[in-house]
Amino acid sequence: MTAVMEEEARNFAALVQDDRVHTSLYRNPAIFDEEMERIFKNTWVWVAHASEIPVKGSFVKSWVGNQPVIVTRDKDDRFHVLLNRCRHRAATVCEKKKGKTSVFVCPYHGWSYDIDGKLRSVPHSAVYGEDFDKADFPLVSLRVEHYQGMIFATFRDDIEPLVEFLGPAKTWMDLFMKQGAGHPVKTMGEHQFRFNGNWKIQLENTTDAYHFPIVHKTFIDSLDAETGNVFDVLGQGGWVEDLGNGHSLMVMIPDLVDLEQDADIPERFAALAEDLRAEGRDEAEVRRIVRAVGGTGFNLNLFPNVACSMAFFRVLRPVSVDETEIRHIAIGMDGGSEAGNRMRLRLHEHFQGPMGFGSPDDAEGWERVQRGAAAGDDLWILVNRGQDPLVGHGAGSNVGDVSAETGMRAAYGMWKRMMEA
Amino acid sequence: MSTVDQLLDTISLAEAAEFIWAEAELLDRQDYRPWLDLWTASGLYVIPIERGDGDAATRLNIAYDNGDMRAARVKRLKSGFAISSAPSARTVRTVSRFVPGDTTRGVTVVRCAQTLVEFKFERTRVLAADVEYHLVRGPGGIALERKEVLLLNSDEPLWGIGYLF
Repeated sequence: MTAVMEEEARNFAALVQDDRVHTSLYRNPAIFDEEMERIFKNTWVWVAHASEIPVKGSFVKSWVGNQPVIVTRDKDDRFHVLLNRCRHRAATVCEKKKGKTSVFVCPYHGWSYDIDGKLRSVPHSAVYGEDFDKADFPLVSLRVEHYQGMIFATFRDDIEPLVEFLGPAKTWMDLFMKQGAGHPVKTMGEHQFRFNGNWKIQLENTTDAYHFPIVHKTFIDSLDAETGNVFDVLGQGGWVEDLGNGHSLMVMIPDLVDLEQDADIPERFAALAEDLRAEGRDEAEVRRIVRAVGGTGFNLNLFPNVACSMAFFRVLRPVSVDETEIRHIAIGMDGGSEAGNRMRLRLHEHFQGPMGFGSPDDAEGWERVQRGAAAGDDLWILVNRGQDPLVGHGAGSNVGDVSAETGMRAAYGMWKRMMEA
Repeated sequence: MSTVDQLLDTISLAEAAEFIWAEAELLDRQDYRPWLDLWTASGLYVIPIERGDGDAATRLNIAYDNGDMRAARVKRLKSGFAISSAPSARTVRTVSRFVPGDTTRGVTVVRCAQTLVEFKFERTRVLAADVEYHLVRGPGGIALERKEVLLLNSDEPLWGIGYLF
């Protein structure tokens, strides 16, 4: 690593200005290492949705920054987030993505752990001598809190409770979960892909409406005329808003903020409405489910690694300074209409995933950012679009144009705060 | 042999292989419009994520295309406006290890292995897949009733893919 890179990684404040961020934030591995320490080990990081571990004894693998963890549900329905590392010689104790178990057994020397992380037994333990105490060697357990089924973990015992960290974002999480149409929201599988670019390029994208009509032209072209109008995201009076703590909101389709507001059934869902009637549902319920199935009209970006994105959860995992893993987790109604959930799956496949009509173009755009960021010695990334709040907008006095880069400025403000702390 | 008998006649492994190789070449050349014509009206093109038995319709897939979605997909890939496919990665694929599956009256099932190498942005990557074909005889020759491409790493992170399997 060059001396310049090391110097950059000591002077974070100079790299983030109100209207621009320095390109080194995308390409300096020393800064990446500092981010893993200063950000991902010092705040609430999303690890799982409660429906991924639906019953006592279930678990799912996840990550906090670059550290592998297991998220579990114990016999008292409490959540645990455990470092996936045997306390003996560090082997992972779980390599299954998700499932149900009563014990994690290290494959190397057979140390076994309870679902809450307690060290249960050690083979041939007598050789350790009398002062060996199993209580000293549980799987390392992180602090865990959850809101609206979204489970977060942190390495820090002394930071604010999750609900305080989320702040005004909670209201939007509440609205997002109305996609359950009266049922809890459950996950229904996920698309996963990686791109060769820095994690913050994805973080920025979640509240970037500006790219949508350009990058996603072929998605919009694949829709019927009525739906194409719905996805005219720059032309519907939407807005973006800084929600504090790095969180931000982008409302692209104001009509789809509150899904419990009654609305006509769009033509593209006429067949689904027929299926729902055939399931024996009354007209009010049919309308409610159809509206929920279509998803919300907003993206809620929760710093640093998860978003409630229109109709799915969008999760990022930094792999290295120039590689990021993305998960697009499909959601549906837990216990709700099967026809409705099938439609949600097809809608998710249409845009998301490695071969969706949207995601591959996003991934290509992000890789192009990383490739281009190799050029220039002292150039900056502009995030100055729409700095003045909109005057007289119904959503309030502190909102920007839907295509403003307010969300990016919010995230980089938090980045600066945490990196300087 | 009557016309109906001919239509219901089992497709030999050699005929199936010839058809599948020709399809593979169309796809590597990205000659997608004639590829659309290889399908029956009810044909399903499925690229699952999850492994094991189960109804793909009730699961999330990488692709689950009926005729309309296939046509829309081809239109998108050839439009010149999708940055991930303008141009897409170049591909070369080989298909082999043909094995007859459970063939029912009129539908010949063939399983095979596909190895595809793609190249773009100074990067060469390999994707292997088990592929299952459901083939029928149509008026214009052999046609695809179902093609299911189970990637070796279907349930792990992939990347933006701007071509067809």
